[in-house]
Amino acid sequence: MTHTPTGHQVPDVRSGAGIPAPRGTAPQPTSVTPAGRSAWAEQSARLRAAATTEPGRLRIIGAALALLVIAFGAVTAWQVDNRARAADNVVEHSAPLSATAAEIHRSLADADATVTGGFLVGGQPPQSVSEQYQRDIDNATKLITQAAATSGGSAQARAQIAALNKQLPQYVSLVATAQADNRVGLPVGGAYLRYANTQMRKEGGLLDTADKLYTIENARLASDYEHAKALPYASWALGVVALGVLVWAQRRHYRRTNRVFNRGMLAATAASAVVLLWLAAGHTVARMELKNSSAHGARSVQVLNNARILVLQARGDENLTLVARGSGDKYIKSYDQGMTTLAGADPKGVGGELAQALRLADNDAGRAPVQDAIADVRTWRARHTAERKSDDDGDYTTAVAEVIGGKDSSGKAVPASATTGSSFDAVDDSLGKAIDHEQQEFNDAANSGRDALTLLPLGAAVLAVLGALAALFGIGRRLSEYR
Amino acid sequence: MVAACTLAVLGTLVPLGDDAASSAATDRGPAARAGYAAATDDAACTGPVRSLDPAKGSVDGAAVARIKAHGKLVVGVDQNSYLWGFRDPATGDFAGFDIDIVKAIAKDILGDENAVQYLTVPTAGRIDAIKSHKVDMVVRTMTVNCERAADVAFSTAYFTAGQQILTADPAITGFDDSLNGKRVCTATGSTGDDELKKGAHGATVVPVDNQLDCLVLLQLREADAVFTDNALGAGQAAQDPNVHLAGHPVTSEPYGVAMNLADTDLVRRVNKVLAAYRTDGRWTASYNHWLQPHLPGMKPPAPLYQ
Repeated sequence: MTHTPTGHQVPDVRSGAGIPAPRGTAPQPTSVTPAGRSAWAEQSARLRAAATTEPGRLRIIGAALALLVIAFGAVTAWQVDNRARAADNVVEHSAPLSATAAEIHRSLADADATVTGGFLVGGQPPQSVSEQYQRDIDNATKLITQAAATSGGSAQARAQIAALNKQLPQYVSLVATAQADNRVGLPVGGAYLRYANTQMRKEGGLLDTADKLYTIENARLASDYEHAKALPYASWALGVVALGVLVWAQRRHYRRTNRVFNRGMLAATAASAVVLLWLAAGHTVARMELKNSSAHGARSVQVLNNARILVLQARGDENLTLVARGSGDKYIKSYDQGMTTLAGADPKGVGGELAQALRLADNDAGRAPVQDAIADVRTWRARHTAERKSDDDGDYTTAVAEVIGGKDSSGKAVPASATTGSSFDAVDDSLGKAIDHEQQEFNDAANSGRDALTLLPLGAAVLAVLGALAALFGIGRRLSEYR
Repeated sequence: MVAACTLAVLGTLVPLGDDAASSAATDRGPAARAGYAAATDDAACTGPVRSLDPAKGSVDGAAVARIKAHGKLVVGVDQNSYLWGFRDPATGDFAGFDIDIVKAIAKDILGDENAVQYLTVPTAGRIDAIKSHKVDMVVRTMTVNCERAADVAFSTAYFTAGQQILTADPAITGFDDSLNGKRVCTATGSTGDDELKKGAHGATVVPVDNQLDCLVLLQLREADAVFTDNALGAGQAAQDPNVHLAGHPVTSEPYGVAMNLADTDLVRRVNKVLAAYRTDGRWTASYNHWLQPHLPGMKPPAPLYQ
């Protein structure tokens, strides 16, 4: 308080910030200068000259504090908004797209397994088979269109979708020819079916393409996860610097004036601290939830989807071995390979994708359907071995009955519940349930993760503006003492 | 091998093609072809295999008694060769030229043409099934040759097939230079495949697993012609009025009923049935029903006895 005002026009940051002048003094009309960057630029030369005097120094400190707090808030809002957007993409875009791609894959594999089963019944395929096949094709068509509409700018995804669009009608036409030939009793129908199956499964075929689309969508999902989980280092650093400078300014204030508190700077410190804590807590929670949704949901769903495709292919192989009538060695091999990948080499053990799905399931509700699937696969494999023995012994009729039900060669009815078909249905069903469960877990966790970030960008911005104003107010109070 | 091939007394070298059914198989490896080479290299076995004369021994011995005691004739058949041995998709029952012969044998031995237990044997499992007596006989477009005659006893031939070109293209006239620049489909490892390797007349070979896959490729215009056994070729022509057998067969492959070497009375019995079958009009009736429209001008082969 020993200094007197210098008398020259002093730019009054208070009026620029719109804060009522203390002690009722009117603001200088010529000193209206916005606080922040432009004021800094315009006045830098004068400020450098003014730095030799205490009011000048105070002005510089005030501007720096306001800038730091605003920058901290802005960078926090920007970084958190980016992460919130990425989390939103996980929930709203990439995860549904990944699920759509998986469902396209499943529908196609199901169509193939279904239509091959229809060929084991003489003459006209049963209505249930035709309907199921049609449902699968309709579903695949619908989802491919949906994927095309939502896949955004990804050129890779578009290429796969174009390939699916091109190949699906070809496959449907081959199956139609196969069915028409089979209906009039021409064995070439079976050959057409095998050809259609080859087109479905070959490299670059429908299943491969759907799998690639799934991989692309999963990569996008993983990338959105990474963006959402990336640590906001810049925000943390700015927050720490802003708090540090605020503490330093208050120390300086205390040393010069012997006053413990400057209310404005104290409020700015509190606002900055709240933003920093909110940032740390909110993003940590979001990270944890997203990590959870990724580990327990998305990863589980992927493993289960793979398992389901393997199940459908194994069923197709089982049917085609019989459709091929004595020359189905390649389907026998393919079945064995598929089952090994699905459930391990030991028909009575647990291995492969199903064992992994069991490991990934994180609670009893998630484990139960997987355990059911494992038990049903075991039954299926035992029944399959019996069915193969019947066929290898030349008893085709019994083999067919053991696969789809009906009468065996001695005229005895094989109940539907004792067929490999019922085991297949049970496995497919259990895996469907397991996928639904994991999908739900995924959605819940991903939503909580996203929600943890929702208000943070706005909150950081508002608090930063308030903090900056408070800092300016505090400095302004001190400055007014020089008038 | 030597013992069996002493059965062959004289005759010219007949190209020992593989039979129709194994043309349809996917699993013929180098071993099968090595066997083929050994058979043709054997100086003692160069001619057509001759069978047992029903007039020179029992036609009602232990083997026939065993079948009668069982009440059913157990026959290994194919269910994948249209017109020969296949399941009619509409009824699920076996039918075809081979099946008619099975029925004639069952009627003669058991008095009932339906007293048959059909077992579908894969190509690779045929000889084992006969040796182990899992089946009484195999009637499955099986080519009679010296190599196989070492393991199983054959009846007299009931049909003579050969590798022939099947096409819808009027410019293709047979297994000749008209194939130049064309795509010819054949089953991997089949006799047709072997012949194409010797000389393809400028054609590109399109290999598939199963001869019937060739008809699919022909219809989808991914191949211009099929090179396969004319017996199976007729089966393909019967499924598509646009395709026909062109030119002449390149090989000569007699089909016979295969039985266990020990069942000599059964072999004679089958030969007796076939002798009547050829001459009393049943052969012609079955031929006209199944094969004639697509494989015209065939006569029952004359039996060759020892």
